[in-house]
Amino acid sequence: MLVSERKPWGEILNCLAQDESVFIIACGGCSEACQTGGEKGIDELSEKLIENGKKIVGSFVVDFACNKVLVALKLNRYIAELQKADSVLVSSCGIGVQAVSSMINLPVHPADNTIYMGGFSGVWTGEERCLQCGDCKLDITGGICPYANCPKNLLNGACGGSDKGKCEVDPEKDCAWARIYERLKEIGKLENLKKIQSPRDWNLMQPPAVRKRSIFWALEFEEEEKKEKEKMVRE
Amino acid sequence: MKLSDLFKKGKFVITSEIGPPKGTNIQPLLEEVELLRGKVDAINVTDLQSSVMRLGSMAVCRLLKERNFEPVFQMTCRDRNRLALQSDLISAYVLGIRNVLCLTGDYITLGDHPQAKPVFDLDSVNLLKAAKTLMEGKDMVGNKLDGAPDFCLGAVANPGADPLEPQIMKMELKVEAGAEFFQTQAVYDPKKFENFIKATEHLKVPIMVGIVLLKSAGMARFMNANVSGVFVPENLIKIMASASKQDRPKKSVEIAASLIKQLKGMCQGVHIMPLGWDRYVPDVLEKAGLI
Repeated sequence: MLVSERKPWGEILNCLAQDESVFIIACGGCSEACQTGGEKGIDELSEKLIENGKKIVGSFVVDFACNKVLVALKLNRYIAELQKADSVLVSSCGIGVQAVSSMINLPVHPADNTIYMGGFSGVWTGEERCLQCGDCKLDITGGICPYANCPKNLLNGACGGSDKGKCEVDPEKDCAWARIYERLKEIGKLENLKKIQSPRDWNLMQPPAVRKRSIFWALEFEEEEKKEKEKMVRE
Repeated sequence: MKLSDLFKKGKFVITSEIGPPKGTNIQPLLEEVELLRGKVDAINVTDLQSSVMRLGSMAVCRLLKERNFEPVFQMTCRDRNRLALQSDLISAYVLGIRNVLCLTGDYITLGDHPQAKPVFDLDSVNLLKAAKTLMEGKDMVGNKLDGAPDFCLGAVANPGADPLEPQIMKMELKVEAGAEFFQTQAVYDPKKFENFIKATEHLKVPIMVGIVLLKSAGMARFMNANVSGVFVPENLIKIMASASKQDRPKKSVEIAASLIKQLKGMCQGVHIMPLGWDRYVPDVLEKAGLI
């Protein structure tokens, strides 16, 4: 089970500052269970964006945004709407955002932070990885995660070891920042690299206890707790 | 003395570089630096170069300071988190260190302790920013310092980076974060360096061209194949290949001096990386007409 939470509204609106028309994709898997994604998630996001003067050109729920095949099948049905969009807002875990971004030539913004995956990293086993950092940066990096893909977890561009697009650590591997640069160039967002990114807050990697009480934990433990409380009352 | 004071005076700044030993025997290092006395403005001291465990940069910087050399304290983000980096910066200051070169650092697995935990809590840009913040009398989270350090902060750049655009963008971030000068990766191709200088004019920050002494044709070919952005042209490789073993240092000095002469007009200083051939540095500077 994967746990995500909505990014602060200020951050979402900030990343959409230059976009008028937005297409929304929400995951109907784990994210729906976390009450970030699903139809409810789309309604909530649409409402807020419209309130803030954005136009919603289309939206859909995909059963598992981490599954590229499902994402591609869905995207195919909305080509006309997507052509009108300045960007796509995705409510899902980090893998879902990366999967959508890899299928489409538009800026893709994450609506959520992934805070816990509980050993489950998506139903589609591709190269996308999410480290559940709790502070998703995929908006700035063109849908390619620098934490998961750069061995030095760099946030402000490639290191001196990046050579002809390959990584210093493994010459077989593409340099994450070379990929990010190419991707941002492709979607016209190179200006993202002009702002210094602050160091990461490692504390956000610890899932807050309150989130652990949701969903499956709830199913497994709340029942038990109830029984125990009843037992205590009886005693 | 801060390197920035020399740049302000319009001096063509000369630095060289030494690597601390693996162990406590500092005698050879101290003898090596004596050869540079009066010939260079400052000496970079590398920080566990190539990710190999060895004597620390800060200690050697202090030893140099005690002997009236001006050290440039190299700091990488590989081995320390933000607490240790900030602490080491203020420690360096109280030990008399005034010049700091901020780098990301090689990856752990390139060195002799590949099992170690890579830190990289900050990157080179954020390390510069942290140092700058300390200079303003605060730590990274805004707590007030009782006494602030004052540094000349430097950064590195690679003129041979391909593509060049992201390299320039990162340099812009480094300048914004506090870099007051750049030392570059080794340059062997004046034409390419000229393009780089044109592309960085808007930064208005002194650039010191990096010169690595060629030791052999094999070393040149190795760098071409393995070192990011370094390209030794075939004619230089041929010169090294045709020289006898005894003649190699002489040829190497000639190549380096000729490069400096060609590059000098385009930049504000030279940073020589002798990789152990410190004894030939005075020759290079002399032949290049710098001393």
